[in-house]
Amino acid sequence: MMFRSAQAVRKQRYTRRDYQAFLYLLPWLAGILVLQLYPFISSLVYSFHDYTVGGKMDFIGLDNYVKLFTRDRDFWNSLKITFEFALYTVPGKIVLALAVAIFLNRNIRGINAIRTAYYIPSLFGGSIAIALLWRLMFMDNGIINSMLATIGVTNVHFLGTRGVALRVVCALEIWQFGSSMVMFLAALKNVPRSLYEAAEIDGAGWWNRFFHITLPQISPILFFTLLNQTIQEFQNYTSPAIITGGGPRKSTYVMGMFLYQEGFSYFHMGYASAISWVEFIAILVLTLIIFGTSKLWVHYGDE
Amino acid sequence: MAKSTGTAVRRRDGRIIDYLIILVIGLVLLYPIIWMLFSTFKDNGQIFGSTRLLPTQWHFENYVEGWKGSSRVSYTQFFINTFVMVIPTTLLTVASACLTAYAFARFDFPLKKLLFTVLIALLMMPGAVVIIPRYLLYNQFRWVDSYMPFYIPAALACNSFFTYMLIQFLRGIPRDLDESAYMDGCGTFRTLWQILLPLMKPALFSAGLFQFLWTYNDYFNSLIFISTQKKYPISLALRMSLDSESVVNWGKVMAMAFVAVLPVMLLFFAAQKYFVEGIATTGLKG
Repeated sequence: MMFRSAQAVRKQRYTRRDYQAFLYLLPWLAGILVLQLYPFISSLVYSFHDYTVGGKMDFIGLDNYVKLFTRDRDFWNSLKITFEFALYTVPGKIVLALAVAIFLNRNIRGINAIRTAYYIPSLFGGSIAIALLWRLMFMDNGIINSMLATIGVTNVHFLGTRGVALRVVCALEIWQFGSSMVMFLAALKNVPRSLYEAAEIDGAGWWNRFFHITLPQISPILFFTLLNQTIQEFQNYTSPAIITGGGPRKSTYVMGMFLYQEGFSYFHMGYASAISWVEFIAILVLTLIIFGTSKLWVHYGDE
Repeated sequence: MAKSTGTAVRRRDGRIIDYLIILVIGLVLLYPIIWMLFSTFKDNGQIFGSTRLLPTQWHFENYVEGWKGSSRVSYTQFFINTFVMVIPTTLLTVASACLTAYAFARFDFPLKKLLFTVLIALLMMPGAVVIIPRYLLYNQFRWVDSYMPFYIPAALACNSFFTYMLIQFLRGIPRDLDESAYMDGCGTFRTLWQILLPLMKPALFSAGLFQFLWTYNDYFNSLIFISTQKKYPISLALRMSLDSESVVNWGKVMAMAFVAVLPVMLLFFAAQKYFVEGIATTGLKG
């Protein structure tokens, strides 16, 4: 910190070389203005309008939001389901990835091959081909039911039962824990051995070492993954759209589908913008919560 | 003595149990893919109500029939479309991210702190909130139903993830190297091109791989932006295969789904080092 402020004092004027940076930043800055900032603000503006593609734009104030919160049953349903979906998949993925990473973080022969094999499902994130496979597997007389039948469980209507269908969709996401696992594995490798050795001399047990060494040491990467996954899963569209089509009786109708339906099936752009803003606020709140709690559990090495 | 052999035996038992667990997890993770491969040779009668992995009768025609696609557009066209969409997007992403990262990692310019904060904020900005106006914008430019909605954001470094990844990588390269080149009268662009770029190769390759993969797998954006069947990438073609018939021939659908995931798997096996290492280093240094 001292060094940086000293540098700042010394550096009062920028050189010609410094200004060249803007040349390199030009595409990015243009992108920010045209494809990020402008859409960001105009979606807020649209959300106060009644606007269907091809029609004219009428200012209606908060009507879209009022309708969303008070009259549109789909909205509360979607919001609830999206939370539920994220609540299953994000912790599910992270806990599984962490558990497997810790399990593999020893001198295991063939670790590279294992890591590669476990990574494979992650290759297909958002892939429709795999969503189709999932749908086929969980159909009423699909392979999963056939397998269950051999152990005496008969005909579970995975895709036709409220509550169950959502879990099938979540399972697809959790199945793809490999990429998080690879990150955790790399983080675990970077934990200094000496810390564990010292703890062992002090007679610390496994859980003790886990909570006091492993977890704090890899907390930055956990934090990064948690944040990333939450933002991503909150916007998921493909998995539920393909596996269940939002059903049965809208029990897997996540916000992503709701937004798509209003925006790109009905072209209610004003209303869809309002939905996108509510979704944005929801994600923002979650992000802030994660950030807020991070002070309690995320430890950076250089502090 | 007795005690030490006891531990050795226990250790070996532990080893066996370890590998058993590894095997079981691996099976759960990979069985769906293996099952998918064999289901591409089956008819509906063999796919449903059976736990058999191998087909009793091999229906190779699933591939032939599936490849024909529908409405006179074949998978040859869908594949061409996919690569015409994905490859420029990937190259543009890497190029634009590289330039942006260079500016952030090697220059000290006015408003740098603010702009870096913007970059980080964009890293976390959900795409959903800008999708409607972007669509309307592209619509105005007559870019809807073309691949421009993929190329343009790529050219303008709209995916901050890659920029951030390359900034982190550049920070790891000693500054003396390019500073001495600059002192020797090497311009900033030549410094980037001749000195830094060769050193950045692994990171650029990782970034390219991920962007390739994400664009290739992407369904949502294709669904929104591409409407003419002739321009469909594979993802949309697969979706269509489900609707086109009253009774879905799942063997055929799976055959094409498998053909769709095959390039991804081949790419992964050819370049797994970059995948695994890319992923391991990106998040870490943050």
